[in-house]
Amino acid sequence: MSRVRAALTPYALIFPGGVWLAIFFVVPTVVMLSLSLQSGNVADGFVFTWNWQSYVDGLTNYHDQIIRSLAYGLAATLIQIVIGFPVAYWIAFKGGRHKSVYLFLLLLPFLVSFVLRTISWQFLLSDNGMLLGPLKDLGLLPHDFRVLATPYAVIGGLAYNFLPFMVLPMYVALERIDPRVLEAANDLYANKFQTFIRVVFPLSLPGVFAGVLMTFVPATSDYVNASVLGGTNTTMIGNVIQNQYLVTQDYPTASALSFTLMALLLIGIFAYAKALGTEDVLEVAAR
Amino acid sequence: MTEIQAGAGVAGEATPDQVPAIELDEVVKEYVSHGEVVQAVKGVSMTIGEGEFFSLLGPSGCGKTTSMRMIAGFEEPTKGVVRLHGQDVTNVPPNKRDVNMVFQSYALFPHMNVWDNVAFGLKRKKVPDGEVRRRVGEMLEIVDLVGREKRRPREMSGGQQQRVALARALVNRPRALLLDEPLGALDLKLRQHMQIELKRIQREVGITFVYVTHDQSEALTMSDRIAVMNDGLVEQLAGPREIYERPATKFVAGFIGTSNLLSGVARAVNGSSAVLALGPEDRVIVPIKEAVAEGDTVELTVRPEKIMISTERPEGDLSMVEGTVSEVVYLGTYNSYAVALAGGAEITVFQQNVHDSTTTAERGDTVWLSWQPQHSYALQ
Ligand SMILES: Nc1ncnc2c1ncn2[C@@H]1O[C@H](COP(=O)(O)OP(=O)(O)O)[C@@H](O)[C@H]1O
Ligand SMILES: [Mg+2]
Repeated sequence: MSRVRAALTPYALIFPGGVWLAIFFVVPTVVMLSLSLQSGNVADGFVFTWNWQSYVDGLTNYHDQIIRSLAYGLAATLIQIVIGFPVAYWIAFKGGRHKSVYLFLLLLPFLVSFVLRTISWQFLLSDNGMLLGPLKDLGLLPHDFRVLATPYAVIGGLAYNFLPFMVLPMYVALERIDPRVLEAANDLYANKFQTFIRVVFPLSLPGVFAGVLMTFVPATSDYVNASVLGGTNTTMIGNVIQNQYLVTQDYPTASALSFTLMALLLIGIFAYAKALGTEDVLEVAAR
Repeated sequence: MTEIQAGAGVAGEATPDQVPAIELDEVVKEYVSHGEVVQAVKGVSMTIGEGEFFSLLGPSGCGKTTSMRMIAGFEEPTKGVVRLHGQDVTNVPPNKRDVNMVFQSYALFPHMNVWDNVAFGLKRKKVPDGEVRRRVGEMLEIVDLVGREKRRPREMSGGQQQRVALARALVNRPRALLLDEPLGALDLKLRQHMQIELKRIQREVGITFVYVTHDQSEALTMSDRIAVMNDGLVEQLAGPREIYERPATKFVAGFIGTSNLLSGVARAVNGSSAVLALGPEDRVIVPIKEAVAEGDTVELTVRPEKIMISTERPEGDLSMVEGTVSEVVYLGTYNSYAVALAGGAEITVFQQNVHDSTTTAERGDTVWLSWQPQHSYALQ
């Protein structure tokens, strides 16, 4: 009796999570996959016809936006590494007794809605707004200078919006480093710089890896930053998909594009894991 | 103290070997924690000879680690001077000091395999590749880890990690090796095995070892000399035999092994010994070092195995006291008696099981305890 119960316990424990995943992930994914292979229109309805054409159309018409999304996502991720690493390092090693305060301060802006934050940036960066306006009045910037509607604004917005997801895993990895290990390096004739290169950085890599996963994926598929901070030349694939769903109502193309993006990201992630010398992506992320 | 000079060459010759490996000169370390100044080390001086196995022994929190970290360079003394081989290194960072440390938690590099861990120091010192290979290989042989070069630390047992940590430090041929409770995390059997191993390795490489431990038996068996520390100060600095046989202070007597403390008023003093008044029939004679006047209270210590137990008042020039047996414990190789004296003190006596398993006295019996006066010591 108790043996049976012991054997069933793990299944009982994953049941709620399993149901959640089935309803909110598996079902929509299957529906979307099926949609992407249907043909028809909103007025007459869609029928399943193994219509691969949506994939071909999506790729031919929107490959610019796909490539742009990957490039913006990559750029934003790199910026976040450069900005986030010193922040995580500082909190982990110099934060002393106030580490949690600094982490809270880091997260504080992110308690405000994602969209609102982005709109605030739009307001701050607007062509004659509180930042650029005075500078233009003082003649420090030309009158046609703009930040909004440029790739810089979109990439900057992406980098800003997902920053905590980069900093937190890095912080966790750095914070876990035993200070004695750093002393050992110092004892074994390594100076501060060598200790950083040979010990601190390699030991922080699992955190960087997790941070990249957690920021590159949402940044690449994001549409809010491009639509709020961008212009006509900064459209990302997320905007195209949103447009196909809500405006054009071409569900098969929207679904096909979503799947294409998902496939590209998965391939990217596994290639990335391979490059870091690990077969198991999740193992690295969990380490 | 004669042991240190032993390996140091002919007496009187000023060879470089005779410069002490490590000197601490009135070293003080203060920390500020929560706005309060804490003195972790309150003025410690010691001279550690070349090739010596030197232990810092004391209870947790007495300042052993802090003293060692000042030798390694991780902490700067608040006051005082640290010298390595005669050179003042008080403000020299760890990577510029020719000593290496074995950490209590081992502190191995978790992302490197055994080989890379051991080679780390040599590579930082820019030793040529061929020599790195040769020396790392040799060192892994000494610590018996050949064939495990590719293992990561987390794939190894505690004892193996311990040996990697040892190899990683020793391979650099430091002028001194500092070990902070290196066997603390190992189980008893492995610890005893590693104690022997450490002694063997130390003899083999001939490097000065400074060994921190709170385990008195470990310190007694391994060390050439021991500094017994308490509350940031050195209580006694001597060889193991002297520390055990002639504890200088009450603290040392209590901390090392089992010892009995007695106190009494000096009734008669004649030069080098004093006669103490305890019970009316008792006679306690104790050698004294410092001037004691009649009427002074003198504390003395005597080890349980030095005391004889008998039912009759013994003959001869012995110290003797009368008491009542309050406990008898059979411990195989010896019996342990607890004897209550009239004055309230309780004395522990170990009696070797020489003859048979019968005991001299039972609980409740009145007995005489006696010992040679030279086996008792007046405490400072
Ligand atoms: N970094 C520090 N800050 C404040 N107090 C410390 C620090 N390091 C040690 N101490 C204090 O100094 C005393 C001695 O510590 P330590 O040298 O580690 O003792 P041991 O190694 O003998 O156990 C302890 O009371 C400890 O609390
Ligand atoms: Mg300690």
